[in-house]
Amino acid sequence: MRRVVITGMGIWSCLGTSIGEVRDSLFNGRSGIGLEEERLSYGYQSALTGIVKKPELKGLLDRHLRRELSEEAEYAFMAGSAAFKMAGVDEKYLTDNEIGCIFGNDSSAKPVIESARIMAEKHDTSLLGQSFIFQSMNSTVNMNISTIFHLKGINFSVSAACASGSHSVGLAYMFIRNGLQDMILCGGAQETNFYSMAAFDALGAFSKNMKNPTGASRPFDRDRDGLVPSGGAAALVLEDYDHAVARGAEIIAEVIGYGFSSNGTAVISQPSDEGCIRAMQRAMDDAGVRACDIDYINAHATSTRQGDMYEAMAIDKLFRGEHALISSTKGMTGHECWMAGASELVYSMIMMQNGFVAPNLNIENRDEYSEHLNLAERTVETEVNTVLSNSFGFGGTNSALVIRKLKQ
Amino acid sequence: MERTELEAKVRNFLIEDLEVEEEKIFPDAKLKEDMGIDSLDFVDIVVIVERNFGFVIKPEEMAGVDTYSKFCDYIATKVG
Repeated sequence: MRRVVITGMGIWSCLGTSIGEVRDSLFNGRSGIGLEEERLSYGYQSALTGIVKKPELKGLLDRHLRRELSEEAEYAFMAGSAAFKMAGVDEKYLTDNEIGCIFGNDSSAKPVIESARIMAEKHDTSLLGQSFIFQSMNSTVNMNISTIFHLKGINFSVSAACASGSHSVGLAYMFIRNGLQDMILCGGAQETNFYSMAAFDALGAFSKNMKNPTGASRPFDRDRDGLVPSGGAAALVLEDYDHAVARGAEIIAEVIGYGFSSNGTAVISQPSDEGCIRAMQRAMDDAGVRACDIDYINAHATSTRQGDMYEAMAIDKLFRGEHALISSTKGMTGHECWMAGASELVYSMIMMQNGFVAPNLNIENRDEYSEHLNLAERTVETEVNTVLSNSFGFGGTNSALVIRKLKQ
Repeated sequence: MERTELEAKVRNFLIEDLEVEEEKIFPDAKLKEDMGIDSLDFVDIVVIVERNFGFVIKPEEMAGVDTYSKFCDYIATKVG
């Protein structure tokens, strides 16, 4: 089977909108969390959210391409453009070659709600305009990105809750490994508008620590009170190794393992240590590595008691006594939901390239399940060769990816 | 509505909402060929016209409306 490498990455998140900016945020443990007061008047229990800059697309994209973009597709366009640029993929290359597109996305609430509001008021579909249909479908990111870049390969979206971004990378890896595609733009995107997370806020799952926004997301910490929603987009160019070498592309890392599982539990929001273990073990088996080979684990831990607990139990079972450093970058980013699996891979590659492990921000008092974990409580400067990245979602969907620096 | 007021409104939304360049707006300018308005834009134009002039365009009434001046004439017949 073919080897699969990463030759481009792009990120648009609350930690920054360029690789350099995000690197500095990760290294310095800078939180991207803030308050959006509008959420309270809308009816949220918490105004906490990742603060993500809105892209200015006028001048970058023709109006005919801009008008169909949902918020998350705008982020994905910015991340995708940066990833292609890093990979050395220009307009001519896009025109002359078959490139696929697989993005993780699991909602597009704003256009759905706004169009429903217009219908309730006007009772006439001709007054909706043309954009809502292209913005409101879950595949809004894929359909826009493939159109903008004239992509001609595999083209579909992955909806797998908070594991969507990770599964999108895993599927791209499988398509290339099996010789079905040479290059795929994959990643994840997440809307941040206040319409999008109201139903999640309803579960009481969000932190209400509004007095201390940058301290609100505290994965594995005893004193956490919930997660902080966040978003943006992350994109990766995955490519067949020989294909990358032949065109002289710079290789950032190699994807060597993808693991997945479903929890099989009877409660839709119930995590499972056993499900996490099966995904992680499958990814390591696929990669041909053992626990002792992993240098860094980017944990899914979202800063909820249940989720953190089950993942801590799972990691503890597989990695106790091993050298792998562990951190959840969600202490800085909040929970980037549908994009998280892809963005956390980008964060991990940035650490790999720059020789450090970003801190598990706000860990002050570990809970009883994480006391044996080798958590990076502060930034640790160390060589990072092999990374395991976890993503878990509602409905028991689990995904784990293993990447490593390229070995010739 | 005075013709000048009507045309000012049309020009304004063509420039602001549809980003048509001002120099491309002249009486015989073709909506599609000169102004770059495509079939999906016409779906949005229904919304914009309703917002600006208070009536809903019926697609069948737009047959033959292919220039800027004909478009303004059509609106004039509707708003009086």
